[in-house]
Amino acid sequence: MKSRRDVFQAISDPTRRAILILLATQSLTAGSIASNFDTARPTVSKHLQILTECRLVNQEQQGREILYHLNADKIKEIEDFIEPFRRLWDERFNKLEQVMKSYPSKK
Amino acid sequence: MEGKTIVNAQKGVQEIIITRTFDLPVELLYMAYTKADLIEQWMGNRVLNLENKTHGSYRFETRDKHGQVLFRANGTIHQVIENQNIIRTFEMENTGFPVQLEFLDFEPIHPRASRLNMKIIFKSIEDRDNMLKLPFVQGINMAHLRLQNIIEKKL
Repeated sequence: MKSRRDVFQAISDPTRRAILILLATQSLTAGSIASNFDTARPTVSKHLQILTECRLVNQEQQGREILYHLNADKIKEIEDFIEPFRRLWDERFNKLEQVMKSYPSKK
Repeated sequence: MEGKTIVNAQKGVQEIIITRTFDLPVELLYMAYTKADLIEQWMGNRVLNLENKTHGSYRFETRDKHGQVLFRANGTIHQVIENQNIIRTFEMENTGFPVQLEFLDFEPIHPRASRLNMKIIFKSIEDRDNMLKLPFVQGINMAHLRLQNIIEKKL
């Protein structure tokens, strides 16, 4: 069984982020993605494998080649980077409410 | 789980609006922001200085158990109107984040409920986006740390 990879872990790598940016405008083969980087081809393949495992990109067999697409739905998940910020404030305010609810009784 | 806090951050503007409704009279909500011992309880910071008046100032810090400073922030209080509003600046020290301007409006809804409207204005759109991303980035770092722990356990 394949381990489920964390999306945030996947995008924490600069090469993988660069691959996602490349794929944002067009679908590409592994070869043409690799040609954009100085890194060795197997390294790029490894990055693509990670991106595929966490479903940030999809593979499509086209003749002898595999085409890589961006998975827009999954990207949307990470675009929602405001949620951790909101949660932080929500937790802080929950604490405020809790502290203040017990405040008058302490007097 | 739906939280009670709403964050409004439109694209391409240098502000964030945070709105939250509390099951507290407005007086208690205001007090939570103006009494040092209460701020320490809900923010989890130490209050080094709090001169809660028009043209006053404040300074908070957090230290780890070894006494190392983890977080220090300060600001100038521009205006305070009891149970109504606070206008102040906020700056995290030694982080590269520029100072931000905060408008805190305290609004009674009924005798036992109130609302806080917090408008934060940043130096630039980029600075705002960086601040919004901070908890997200910290989340990524946490994921890394978790991963590292798992790997170390396997070795």
